[in-house]
Amino acid sequence: MNETHKVIAIEVLRYRPELDEKPFFQTYQVPFTEEMSVLQGLLYIKDELDGTLSFRWSCRMAICGSCGAMIDGVPMLGCHTFLRDYYPNKVRVEPLAHFPIERDLVVGADDFIGKLERIKPYIVPKEPRTLAEGEYLQTPAQLERILQFSSCINCMLCYAACPQYGLDPAFIGPGVLALLHRYNADSRDAARADRMQLVNAEEGVWSCTAVGYCSEVCPKGVDPANAVNQNKTASAADYFLHWLPKGSGK
Amino acid sequence: MKRSNAPIFWTLFGAGGMLSALIGPMLVLITGIAVPLGFLLPADLMSYPHMLKFAQHWAGKAFTFAVVSLFLWHGVHRIFHSLHDLGLKTATGAKLTCYGVALLGTALAAYSLLVIGF
Ligand code: SF4
Ligand code: FES
Repeated sequence: MNETHKVIAIEVLRYRPELDEKPFFQTYQVPFTEEMSVLQGLLYIKDELDGTLSFRWSCRMAICGSCGAMIDGVPMLGCHTFLRDYYPNKVRVEPLAHFPIERDLVVGADDFIGKLERIKPYIVPKEPRTLAEGEYLQTPAQLERILQFSSCINCMLCYAACPQYGLDPAFIGPGVLALLHRYNADSRDAARADRMQLVNAEEGVWSCTAVGYCSEVCPKGVDPANAVNQNKTASAADYFLHWLPKGSGK
Repeated sequence: MKRSNAPIFWTLFGAGGMLSALIGPMLVLITGIAVPLGFLLPADLMSYPHMLKFAQHWAGKAFTFAVVSLFLWHGVHRIFHSLHDLGLKTATGAKLTCYGVALLGTALAAYSLLVIGF
């Protein structure tokens, strides 16, 4: 780093459970170049200024979903957000909202992972298929139905954006419901009836009040609000059908 | 997990929302501005005898009933969820009050439309 670099103030929320009674802000002066992301700013702090700072990252290219944080109050990927956009002001980095802080910017993801496991996030075939039977065929229209929802990288930004998840974490939440929809809408899958039981619950789609901020913050162009809305309609149909003698609901 | 009975309220909310989006502004214009000011429409359009005739016709009854009850279900659903957003934790009382108002309004509308005859 030479003298001509601009310097930005990065204000980071710190919390080390064994040392700190409660979280506090610490400000670092970080020299940066045009192409440096907020994540690179944090890496500079860790390498050059303060090795005790903890945060998650891996891919540095918006693929792994591990570097989410509140950047100036907005849920963003650190690797997908640039320091130049905040300069000459300071930039404030906090752990993702609505999750318990484990250490500094690292939050506990157990709740999210548990929900993800519950929806069976994989294709459950109608019947076992042998290799000799060949691949499953899907039309472009069938693929289109699931394509955007399959882009989710489990970054949890939409959970930090969702006021209903903030009020009541029992809500399955936007990202996992979008993935649930991705499998339910897949022409190769046969586990819809199981997953509908989650959708139909109060903690399923019915905790959503259609705020839509989840879809705004998603870095991968997934539209969880749309997935939830489609499943409100599906769940309502399921509800009225289950009153029929041979309804499709359980 | 327990099946939620939200679809009942959500369907009524949706129907009311659709209806109010389609004809709400027009109703405000007619009943709130045009008729009282005698502007564009004759001032006696909504006189008692006219409205009574309207409400005695089966189509008038159906229209009035749909507007009164569905607008109510839509409105109380919104209010109930806004209360929840404001942090109201014990939701049962609010739920009973909100949806109770809509149910009462629906029953009153049905009753009144029946007693004025055909
Ligand atoms: S839907 Fe988008 S914001 Fe939510 S977890 Fe998936 S990638 Fe992240
Ligand atoms: S480091 Fe992988 S998404 Fe940012």
